[in-house]
Amino acid sequence: MLKIENLHATVAGKPILNGLTLTVPAGEIHAIMGPNGAGKSTLAYVLGGRPGYEVTEGSVTFDGRDLFEMEPHERAAAGMFLGFQYPVEIPGVSYLQFLRESLNSQRRSRGEKELSGAEFIRLSKDKAALLGMDAEMLKRPVNVGFSGGEKKRAEMVQMGIMDPRLAILDETDSGLDIDALKAVGAGINSIMRAPDRSVLLITHYQRLLDYVTPDAVHVLSRGKIVRSGGPELAHELEREGYAEAAA
Amino acid sequence: MNEEVVTNREAREALAKDYEWGFSSDIEQEFAPKGLNEETVRFISAKKGEPEWMLEWRLKGYRAWLEMEEVDWAKLTIPEIDYQDAYYYAAPKPKPKLGSLDEVDPEILRVYEKLGIPIEEQKVLAGVEGARKVAVDAVFDSVSVATTFREELKAAGVIFLSISEAIREYPELVKKYLGSVVPQRDNYFACLNSAVFSDGTFVYVPEGVRCPMELSTYFRINAENTGQFERTLIVADKGSYVSYLEGCTAPMRDENQLHAAVVEIYAHEDAEVKYSTVQNWYPGDAEGKGGIFNFVTKRALCAEARSKVSWTQVETGSAITWKYPSCILKGEDSVGEFYSVALTNNYQQADTGTKMIHIGAGSRSTIVSKGISAGKSNNTYRGLVRVLPGAENVRNFTQCDSLLLGSECGAHTVPYIEVRNPTATIEHEATTSKISEDQLFYAQMRGLDTESAVALIVNGFAREVLKQLPMEFAVEAQKLLGISLEGSVG
Repeated sequence: MLKIENLHATVAGKPILNGLTLTVPAGEIHAIMGPNGAGKSTLAYVLGGRPGYEVTEGSVTFDGRDLFEMEPHERAAAGMFLGFQYPVEIPGVSYLQFLRESLNSQRRSRGEKELSGAEFIRLSKDKAALLGMDAEMLKRPVNVGFSGGEKKRAEMVQMGIMDPRLAILDETDSGLDIDALKAVGAGINSIMRAPDRSVLLITHYQRLLDYVTPDAVHVLSRGKIVRSGGPELAHELEREGYAEAAA
Repeated sequence: MNEEVVTNREAREALAKDYEWGFSSDIEQEFAPKGLNEETVRFISAKKGEPEWMLEWRLKGYRAWLEMEEVDWAKLTIPEIDYQDAYYYAAPKPKPKLGSLDEVDPEILRVYEKLGIPIEEQKVLAGVEGARKVAVDAVFDSVSVATTFREELKAAGVIFLSISEAIREYPELVKKYLGSVVPQRDNYFACLNSAVFSDGTFVYVPEGVRCPMELSTYFRINAENTGQFERTLIVADKGSYVSYLEGCTAPMRDENQLHAAVVEIYAHEDAEVKYSTVQNWYPGDAEGKGGIFNFVTKRALCAEARSKVSWTQVETGSAITWKYPSCILKGEDSVGEFYSVALTNNYQQADTGTKMIHIGAGSRSTIVSKGISAGKSNNTYRGLVRVLPGAENVRNFTQCDSLLLGSECGAHTVPYIEVRNPTATIEHEATTSKISEDQLFYAQMRGLDTESAVALIVNGFAREVLKQLPMEFAVEAQKLLGISLEGSVG
């Protein structure tokens, strides 16, 4: 599904990723853990194609397609979803309008039929219910006045609506109380746990992994993967800290 | 050109004939000589078969104009305009007749396409020969619809005519109200308009009548070209209501660079007028060449108790926009509203806003202005809230928001607040923001390309204003904002 080879990237001329190699096969959930400043968010943004994040070396393929040949919206249409650490507010634009336009734009570029207003409302209600979110909230402007937990829950509702094949979730667990954490975990499992889907779960803490069991855990340090292992590696990191584990 | 210029004497003779044959007869050459003098004014008046009092009024305006000077207080760079080097009755200039849409500027067609204008309607807008008939037959049978509308209006007692017709058919009404809200000497451009106005609209809604349709609906299917010096007069008698929309989202090109319109609204007791504008005149090219200079005077008089006037405008066109739709809130408990979206791109300049003059006790006003600047453009909100000494318990709420795209444009907010009565409550809020990279990337990551993402964010910013527009125009106005910003980001 996702194949990253020897990836080097800079932000404002400063090298952040230094030869990162990682493969996430279809049907698997991989966790990337690492200390602050290891390059976790940079990895997410590079995969998303954010301007200002410059790839200097290496390659990434998504389903065999060269990711760097695609614009951010084309990556979305190809089935990539990026869950944001800090979801952005868009005043005056309701969630319903935002997501319907986004989804239909994706569908158009895939040559699929656009969803009607009624079809879309049904879909969004279903997904909101799945994540334990009041569907009325989707009538409000995107993330405006949402609490931290509500924003993250809304990200998961968006993921449900977009129905991606690859989800890259950047610290989706940060700032969540235990109920929200459970809801997010359940959302990831129900939406993304499938043979043809993959998740790259970027996180600082092990606690989300209590609800989502990864198939593999990788430790990111100074811009490259320094250790890989099974779910037990996350517990080790939690116990001993990154300095020890990455050594 | 010389053979084609009709001398004033010939014109008067032609006009005399015109009277003889009735007004439907066409004279092919409709030119006044270049330049502006009393003869020009007389020519225009004669051309329209106006009564003597109207000619006198025009001449008075012309003489006053000679003594006035152009305004220079706006934040605009206005090239010198040679008023003698222009035609004042060369218009309406017939558009070049086109055989098919293939002959239309592809740029314009692309915009029609984006606006979702049906192909037959596109032909009408672009001036393809024979299109009107085709459009009528094939699309929505607008002749019969328009006829139905006219009958409906007539049954309700609503007078809805061109101002030239109104001057002939309802001289007393026109005489009573013309210039009663915008006096001739009000300002340079309004004064010029009073001397040379070519045509415009007259609306009178009788006492207690709610106009049976939005007059916008009427315009929607009768997209007439607006002229260079339009004059609009709307009178709402006691307890009446009317909603009026001028303009068009489709791009409008015009050979006349200078436009100076005047709109007067007179609202009697308990009357309500809602006036919406979508202005998309040619803004000039990306280098700032060409484009319309739009100097407009729009003012409403809420003359009596509980009258209400609401201005909504979406301004995306013109190279220069100078425009301040205002309300004189004379009646007790009268209400004035101003909702505005002004978008400038490339080298466009807009200096626009409103004046709310509170004279009546308990009068209230609301101002919501959304300025969007992109490219190298300059966008200024200029607004005055004035409370006179006798006006007790006045309220005003003003909100001015500016959105910047890119780093070469300018947004300016110039509020004037003059309060001479201590019981007034005045609130003013202002914000300036930029479309952030965060917002763009977030929307792109959900599947929107850059253009759609910008359009979405800008529409969200302007939402409070757009929702004031009649439904069918709100949708088009949304698309228009997106189109006007194409290429301004990334």
